[in-house]
Amino acid sequence: MAVETHLPYDKQYVTEYSEKRNEPAWFKDIRLKAFDLAEELPMPKLEKTRIRNWNFTNFKHDVAGNNIDSFDELPEKIRVLLGEGVEDRNIIVVRNNDVAYAKLSEDLKAKGVIFEDIFTAMEEHSDLVQKYFMQDGVSVDENKLTARHAALLNSGVFLYVPKNVVVDEPIQVVFWQEDNEAALYNHVLLVADQHSQVTYVENYVSNNEEEETVANIVSEVFALDGAKVSYGAVDNFAKGTTSYVNRRGTVGRDATLEWALGQMNDGNTISENITNLMGDNSLSHAKAVTVGRGNQSQDFTAKISHYGKASEGYILQHGVMKDRAASIFNGIGKVEHGAAQSNAEQESRVLMLSDGARGDANPILLIDEDDVTAGHAASVGRVDPLQLFYLMSRGISRKEAERLVIHGFLDPVVREIPIETVQTQLREVIEGKVY
Amino acid sequence: MAGSTLEIKDLHVEIEGEEILKGVNLTINGGEFHAVMGPNGTGKSTLASAIMGHPKYEVTKGQVLLDGEDVLEMEVDERAQAGLFLAMQYPSEISGVTNSDFLRSSINAQREEGDEIPLMKFIKEMDATMDSLEIDKNMAQRYLNEGFSGGEKKRNEILQLMMLKPAIGILDEIDSGLDIDALKVVSNGINQMRDEKFGCLIITHYQRLLDYITPDHVHVMMQGRVVKSGGPELAHRLEAEGYDWIKEELGIDDETVGQKA
Repeated sequence: MAVETHLPYDKQYVTEYSEKRNEPAWFKDIRLKAFDLAEELPMPKLEKTRIRNWNFTNFKHDVAGNNIDSFDELPEKIRVLLGEGVEDRNIIVVRNNDVAYAKLSEDLKAKGVIFEDIFTAMEEHSDLVQKYFMQDGVSVDENKLTARHAALLNSGVFLYVPKNVVVDEPIQVVFWQEDNEAALYNHVLLVADQHSQVTYVENYVSNNEEEETVANIVSEVFALDGAKVSYGAVDNFAKGTTSYVNRRGTVGRDATLEWALGQMNDGNTISENITNLMGDNSLSHAKAVTVGRGNQSQDFTAKISHYGKASEGYILQHGVMKDRAASIFNGIGKVEHGAAQSNAEQESRVLMLSDGARGDANPILLIDEDDVTAGHAASVGRVDPLQLFYLMSRGISRKEAERLVIHGFLDPVVREIPIETVQTQLREVIEGKVY
Repeated sequence: MAGSTLEIKDLHVEIEGEEILKGVNLTINGGEFHAVMGPNGTGKSTLASAIMGHPKYEVTKGQVLLDGEDVLEMEVDERAQAGLFLAMQYPSEISGVTNSDFLRSSINAQREEGDEIPLMKFIKEMDATMDSLEIDKNMAQRYLNEGFSGGEKKRNEILQLMMLKPAIGILDEIDSGLDIDALKVVSNGINQMRDEKFGCLIITHYQRLLDYITPDHVHVMMQGRVVKSGGPELAHRLEAEGYDWIKEELGIDDETVGQKA
């Protein structure tokens, strides 16, 4: 069966879509150039995952989503993500391609925090968005999918925290694909200005078991000098969604960026998380967990590049594979010349629960500087029979013992998810996927 | 009721095709403390592990019965639920599972569904037991055995023993790696378990543990069998004279079994 490789939308469509949204000229320009680039550029180059037969072209692009008046209107699945006391929190709920709910406290507004959907931000803060949008983070011309992202962008949020502002409460966005065929070309742009602090958590949810669609997500995070950003995510697209997720961090001097990613998609997924430690004494932890099941194939890359002196990067990836799921885990620590006294550490571990599953951990260290410390650990294995023996010797059943070992295996990342309700929900998603 | 009875009859055990136990016979009644002694490499730990169902050990012949029930037919968790407990020489480290959660799951696994131990009761009991074993309180929230020192692991095994209150406790070299103060604390905990019901099988190759825990019966293992049994006086004689006199008496040249010389 030949897989359609051309988009079902033409340049005229993109032009009209941009005009309909009253987008600034600079952005319409990016879209149109990106459209042409998307025709020419190759797909992302993956060493070990074959994506030739994946669906990247069958989807609906522009699907409206109704506003909600009350949180009671939301399905249970979405409500549990938001938890109690939701009216007082700073939240955006995106439904299909529209914002259904948005709230930012007056206090944060007064401090100059901007938290709104990306189209509104382009209108109201055009210069600020233009300064960061696909410039120094992810480039439009990286591959066919980044170009398509810019051309077809249909959703997104912009979060800006001004200098010295500390946002105490976590900020949360739920992207809810209510329509089973709606594609999500979603852009998250997070700028934490100098010495600011913010915690951001996002959830992606869909229900399309049968219907096919695509998610093409680009997150660009800027932690400017002295800023502290904590970024948590739970990706939970259903089986029918083919996902391309590209999360990119740029970290300034004395700044910190902490990633905690729950990569729980049920469909085929390419997920790339790259952090560039630009400033001296910058720091990043990139933590990610995944559970693969069914026939899904996933390709994960976690990369930290060190440019600043005495920069520290720690990658931790833990994956559990069952059924006939296949996953590749690339861990890349790159130390550029001049990034003296840097430390690049990584750990990738895969736990196999069935004979038909495949898992592959590829640790890579690329070092162009003498004065560094670096290390890696990688393993692919089964649940340790001695651990099971120990737990069972206390009366715990085999099933429960396995459950404890698996949860324990994933916990170093799960416990880093900043919002407790999201953490709890991630544990439930893991529970649901493993059993 | 005078507690449970564990009967080990003509037990033969192999590891990776090599026979380590060559017909062990032993009966432990509720209320009795038995010590199994012997030099290294004589099969003592194999006995403990095989009774509990360690995956590496294969029983090729013989029986293990708990109150007449065939233990060897049971899954490992069923053996625990039937009343057996093994304090391990090398307990596994399990990341991401806190000591406290593990202990509570273990206790609840032995109770009926709907009759789980109330959280407050559990915490109170755990705190008190940890105090009596002089265990640092933060150990409850640390991951199970992860990064524990040798002594902490041993105390943690005894903590579990005391909380789970099995019918028969098997303690595999619980004294190894403990300094004298820790040994006293751990022995004190084990002695607290002593009543007319609790049966205990203590495996050790140091006589010093028996200075603190007085066994009712002492057995010596060599070459994968129990070669001599007696009362507490046997332990004293071993302490004073070592094992050579037994080897001479029985005409044993090399007391070890299997590859480990």
